[in-house]
Amino acid sequence: MELSGLNNYLLLASVLFVIGVMGVLFRRNAIIVFACIELMLNAVNLLLVAFSSAHNDPGGQVMVFFIMAVAAAEVAVGLAILVMAYRNIKSVDISMLNNLKW
Amino acid sequence: MKNLIWLIPILPLAGFIINGIGNKALSRGVSGWLASLTVLGSFILSALAFNSLADSNAVISVDGYQWFSAGNFNLEFGFLIDHLSIVMLLVITGVGFLIHVYSIGYMSHEPDYARYFAYLNLFVFFMLLLVMGSSYVVMFVGWEGVGLCSYLLIGFWFKNQEYNAAARKAFIMNRIGDLGFLLGMFLILVNFGSLQYDTVFEAAKNMPSGAPVLTAIALLLFVGATGKSAQIPLYTWLPDAMAGPTPVSALIHAATMVTAGIYMIIRSNVLYVMAPFASQIVAVIGAVTAIFAALIAIKQNDIKKVLAYSTVSQLGYMFVALGVGAFSTALFHVVTHAFFKALLFLCAGSVIHGMGGEQDIRKMGGLKKSLPVTHFTFLIGTLAISGVPPFAGFFSKDEILAQTWIHNPLLFTVLAVTSVLTAVYMFRLYFVTFYGDFRGTHHQQENLHESPSSMTIPLMVLAVLATVGGFIGLPELFHGPHLLSEFLAPVTAYADAYISGSASHAFEMNMIIISIVVLALIIAFTRSYYVKRNNIPETDSQTEGFSLLLSNKFYVDEIYRAVVTRPMDVLSRFGYNWIEKGFIDRIVNSMGLLTNGTSGMLRLTQSGNIGFYLFAMVLGIVVLIALKLVI
Repeated sequence: MELSGLNNYLLLASVLFVIGVMGVLFRRNAIIVFACIELMLNAVNLLLVAFSSAHNDPGGQVMVFFIMAVAAAEVAVGLAILVMAYRNIKSVDISMLNNLKW
Repeated sequence: MKNLIWLIPILPLAGFIINGIGNKALSRGVSGWLASLTVLGSFILSALAFNSLADSNAVISVDGYQWFSAGNFNLEFGFLIDHLSIVMLLVITGVGFLIHVYSIGYMSHEPDYARYFAYLNLFVFFMLLLVMGSSYVVMFVGWEGVGLCSYLLIGFWFKNQEYNAAARKAFIMNRIGDLGFLLGMFLILVNFGSLQYDTVFEAAKNMPSGAPVLTAIALLLFVGATGKSAQIPLYTWLPDAMAGPTPVSALIHAATMVTAGIYMIIRSNVLYVMAPFASQIVAVIGAVTAIFAALIAIKQNDIKKVLAYSTVSQLGYMFVALGVGAFSTALFHVVTHAFFKALLFLCAGSVIHGMGGEQDIRKMGGLKKSLPVTHFTFLIGTLAISGVPPFAGFFSKDEILAQTWIHNPLLFTVLAVTSVLTAVYMFRLYFVTFYGDFRGTHHQQENLHESPSSMTIPLMVLAVLATVGGFIGLPELFHGPHLLSEFLAPVTAYADAYISGSASHAFEMNMIIISIVVLALIIAFTRSYYVKRNNIPETDSQTEGFSLLLSNKFYVDEIYRAVVTRPMDVLSRFGYNWIEKGFIDRIVNSMGLLTNGTSGMLRLTQSGNIGFYLFAMVLGIVVLIALKLVI
């Protein structure tokens, strides 16, 4: 693959990552925050695949599979927490989840 | 025989373990007799060893296993049964057995029966180790062990705080002496490269006589001996040690443990012969202790305290004998003293038992009729310790006096005066306790009883020994063989070659006649004073003048308190208040305060606001990336 092609991937991954960060920072709906975290993870995945292809090194793609597996597990746990939180406070607004403090 | 030697100390140890673990589960009869029989077993084995030693004249040495080695220093845990240790073994196990049997009767009202016998067996084990070891280290193990048992038994009735204090005092005083012993051992190791007796003594013989290092070793070992054998300045623990049960006083604080110092010096006789200055110190300290303790004994009113000071005084005699180089004579007195002093203590125990715990002789009197066996055996003990011929004490004491006369007439005078004092305080004790009218309470008089046969039989056996024990060392005058010194000759051969001489026959004859006359006068005088004129010792408040000084033991305890204990108290209080509280505690506390303060501020960041956490997380990532770009 040419260098300019790689640049496009990098740009796309950066945009996706920044959208994810912004979503995490500014949205209050926990499900959206969650989705944004997934977005960031996938931006990184995209980067790994692009570099793997550019350097002809399959290691990067192997890494992606690991990340996907971990992300799946994380989603399962995270959504379970969310369900429990919703049952307790009847809301998924993260600003309401502020009881864990000093 | 050689294969059985190790059983001698193991038997009492087994008794200790069984009694210690079985404790309350064992019935009284079992634990008492088990303890006694283990010691009897050791006695029989020792007697067999004595036979084989006397037959073949060959020292039994048991190579033990290698205990530890460091660099080129190897230490073996071995046993050595020679002519010296076999005599000690026979005394320890023989007298020990009698006192175990006596204890069965004496302690019969005691709830903590098994614990008592466990300690007593442990003591015998350590004492046997002390005399059987083939090196100074094994001796030291036993030395510390008997100190421990002495502590445990003095504080046997641990609910009484005074007894606990007495136990601690004994332990600490002994520890001071032990430090001297330990330093002496280090010096030996540095100079001779070994602590095995044979190696050390062979090496010492090649050194010049009076070499400073030998003098230092001898003096340091002697410091250890003053602690264990209760000599000035470390003697004050022994009278207080009378807090323990009376059989313990008889076994540990009269017959065996306190003679450990004497044994150690006889064992090291080569070192002392090569260090004349140290020997002189030994003799002088012994003589001063002898007369000092005898003076105190005259004005004591506690039956056990009199005997305790008498023990200190008699130990002083033995040290004089050691100091003038008469090593076999010292051992002779150890043996006879073990007989008659154990006898006297056991009689005192029998009196206390009959009186229901009373120890003050001013509240006794007239016990002759109610305690016939005790009275008779006590009389024999008194005659023996006063040196009335032909009882045991006469021969050993006169031998010490004769040997001292040859080497140092001044010390002889001191000892002669002491032996007069000895007779005075012993006959005072005897007449005040057994003659006159009964001065106790009505209740005591009704319950006055002779002790059971488990107590009186050991008394009778010891009385026989105290009567005939002296015949193992007849003076030359009678042309009989001096069995003991001939038997001991291989051990003291080197010393005998250096320091020789015996008193002339005329001198010995004079000594015997003079001592008989003087003793007869003393007996007549004390009898007329305490029996005919019925004087009883005055109460504490009536005592005045020199008597007051004596009855307060020359205020030595008070002096020690002012000179040693008080400054130590002040020092430790200073350490506690200023160094501990003012310095160390403050550092530790401010560490805590610092942690508390910083964490108090840091925890404010834990706001619980998830948006803030996420913001902090992103900020962190940005900072990390920025750092990565910069560096």
